[in-house]
Parts: sequence; C-alpha cells; structure tokens
Amino acid sequence: MGTFTSEFLQALHLIVTGDGDLWGIVLLSLWVSLSAVAVGAAIGMPMGAALAVGRFPGRRALVVLLNALMGLPPVVVGLCVYLLLSRAGPLGVLGLLYTPGAMVIAQTIIVTPIIAALTRQIVEGLDAEYAEQLKSLGLSRLASVPVLLWDGRRALLTALLAGFGRAIAEVGAVIIVGGNINHVTRVMTTTIALETSKGNLALALALGAILITIAISVTAAVSLLGARQGPAHA
Amino acid sequence: MRDVTVEGQLASTRIDVTALRLSRSGRQVLDVPHLVLEGPGPTAILGPNGAGKSLLLRCLHGLIAQDTGTIAQDGRRLRSGAAAGQAMVFQRPVLLRRSVAANLAFVLRRQRLGHATRQKRIAELLEEGGLSTKARQPARSLSGGEAQRLAILRALATGPRVLFLDEPTSALDPAATAKIETMIARIASEGVRVVLVTHDIGQARRLAHDIILMQGGRVAEHSPAGAFFARPLTQAGRLYLSGELLI
Repeated sequence: MGTFTSEFLQALHLIVTGDGDLWGIVLLSLWVSLSAVAVGAAIGMPMGAALAVGRFPGRRALVVLLNALMGLPPVVVGLCVYLLLSRAGPLGVLGLLYTPGAMVIAQTIIVTPIIAALTRQIVEGLDAEYAEQLKSLGLSRLASVPVLLWDGRRALLTALLAGFGRAIAEVGAVIIVGGNINHVTRVMTTTIALETSKGNLALALALGAILITIAISVTAAVSLLGARQGPAHA
Repeated sequence: MRDVTVEGQLASTRIDVTALRLSRSGRQVLDVPHLVLEGPGPTAILGPNGAGKSLLLRCLHGLIAQDTGTIAQDGRRLRSGAAAGQAMVFQRPVLLRRSVAANLAFVLRRQRLGHATRQKRIAELLEEGGLSTKARQPARSLSGGEAQRLAILRALATGPRVLFLDEPTSALDPAATAKIETMIARIASEGVRVVLVTHDIGQARRLAHDIILMQGGRVAEHSPAGAFFARPLTQAGRLYLSGELLI
C-alpha cells in the first residue's frame, strides 16, 4: 500500500511539474490519434453516407463487411501495415516503418470502418425521415448527402469520438509499426505497457491518469458542444 | 361553423391524369383512367383509409413513379422526380434540424437569391405564417401547429404553382387547424392550385371547390364540392358521407 501511495505521488509530481518526457509522449499520442481520426473521417464519412443513401448491387454485403471490420484486431492491422511498410514490402521505399506516420496509417485503418459504419447508421436513419421531403424540394440523392451529414452533425460527433476513443487506447498495432522508440514513436499506451513491465509504475500511472482524463474530457466536450451548439442559423 | 373563404385569383395550372396504374406486391393500389384538375380549386381528396389518397398525391407530385399512365401539368408530361413548380406538405412536417429561419433559407438558397433578397423573403414568409418571433428558435422545438405552418411556408418559398397537402391538420387541435386552413385559403386565393388529402369532411366543406372521392384505388366520384355534399352522384359518395364506407 505504501509503495502504491509513493508511486502515485511520484506520478502526480510528474504531471504537475510538466515532465518533458511525459508530456512529449502525451502530445505524440494526441497527434497520432487525432491525425488518424481526421483521415478516417475524411474517408469514412463520405463512404458511410454513400452506403446509406446509395442503392446499388452488393450494397448489403458491403454494409455487413463494414460492420464486421469494426472489430478488426489491431495486432493483425499492425502486422499487415508492417508487411506493407517493411523494407521488402511494396511500400518499403517510403521509409515509414517505425515512424509516427506508420502509426497514423495503422490507426486510420482501425478507425475508418468504425467512423464509416456509424456514419452509415446515422445517415440511414435520418434519410428514412428526410428522403421524401428532400425529393419533394427537388434534391437528388447525391445532393441530399451534405444535408443529411449536416443535420446529423451531433450524432456524427459521437462517431468521431468513438473513433478517437479506439485510436487513443490502441496499443497492438502502434507497437508493431512504431516500435516504441523513445522520443520517436513512444505513445501513452505503449509506454504504459513498457514501464509497467519494467516496474516504473510512476510514469505508467501518470500516463494512465492522463489517458483517462483525455477520454473523459473528450466525452464531456462533445456533450457540452451538443448542448451549446444550438441550431445553425440562417 | 368557421368561415374560410377562398376568393381571388383562380388557379390556372391544369393537371391531367391518364391511364394511371400502380401496383404494390402484386396488388393494384391505384387505377385512375382519367382525371382532370382544373377550375379554381382547392381540390379535396376524400376517402377511407387505404383508398389510395396519399398514393395518388405522391404520384401527382412525382415522389412515386406510376407503373403505367401519364401525368401532365399544363400539357407538359411530368417525368419521375418531384416536378418543378410543385411543392408538398406532409402529414408529419419534416423540419430540418436548424432554426426556423434556416429552414426557409435552405430552400431560398437553392434559388440562388442574394443575401439581402433572401433575408427579406424570409421575413415576409415568417410574417405570413405568424412565426416572426420564432425565427431563431430551433425548428424542432415548435408546437405541432407552428411546425406545420413552417412546413407550408417552406413549401411556399419554392414558389409553387401547385401545392399538395397530405392531411396537414390531422394531428392538430381546432385552433391550430383554423390557422392552417386560413393559410391554405389564402394560398389558393393567390392562384396556387391546392390539392389536399383530408379525413376531415368539415375541412373539405370549408375549403374545397371540388371533391375527389377515392375508394379501393379508384376515383369513385369527382364533383363540385357543393353538389357532392348536397347530393352525391354515387353510392360510394352517399355511404362515405353517412360514415358507412369502408375499404
């Protein structure tokens, strides 16, 4: 119990004194995960919306596939990205392996299906309500997509949040493609795993506390934003 | 009985329906060999549940493509998709998740109006619907009657020559219904062809110039409103007015 208290106090000290190593790791984690969510949103939202409003052969199968990809095992994604980016791999010439760029790629692959599947669900629900009205106002199915995305913006924030939550907490893929290199690719989750195995609980606890705080803060921010945002005005 | 009079300019847009047929799941749900909407309007479509009233309205507006037959507006055959110069208001108003004014701005923006013209038109429409004080309010927070009035204003913002209304007051109290009926009468008096589906015989009496009675997907009777309510031409009309006509 005494050890735990001492480690906890040390963790608190690291946070409050603005330890350079600790905050470097936090910032890198945020940069990697936010980049992955941004790229995942740019790909996943139009993809999800297209699946929601489009009517084409094989659509049902694509929806099932997309839903299945939400449970993509991160370590398998890490392995595949590793094979692609390794020196002998097809994208080896890019020299991205063991860089934050490789971690962004891996996390993007993990979060894109989540964002796309949730977007599809949200937009499809809204489309069921709006379709006749928008058609009556003269909008084509394609022209309806921006309207549906805008009117579903609050729910779509939740989809982004779900993607961010998955990315920031992810460890398997980033450790494979990032290599957990100190000051280069070490992020919160990989550091917690490493430092715990080394018995350096203070740093692990400090990072754990920050990780939890980030998760709670993002959720609270989205809730507050939803409450304060109000309607879009003319 | 409340007095809602439709006076003013006559609706000039004519709609011709020829050999219209529509089937669903192998069952014929609409069969209209010939129907002409002309005269001053409004036209009220009456009939029991499942008679095909709303389906006919959706076909006329182009929301549903008929299996066979043609619909022409002022002699021009309408293709699939909502026809230009038409607007529709649904039983449950579908308002965008934006402010009251933004719902109108959405339609006006599509007409490529300048900002100042758009704002002026929004103010005029809100005034017309008695919603000026609610411009910045979320549209979804309006009461049922206000929401339906906004839906009508939004339809008007498209500048329609034909306005379809699908049971616009079915969920409203008498006061809200009265406001909607006044709006409909004013719209009709401005020369817009109004075609209204309703279950409210009193409303049809108050508003309609002519009555279409639907039964089993067919037009059982199409008569001037005065004649229909005084002496229906068909057995279906007599049964409907006496409350005995079922599907």
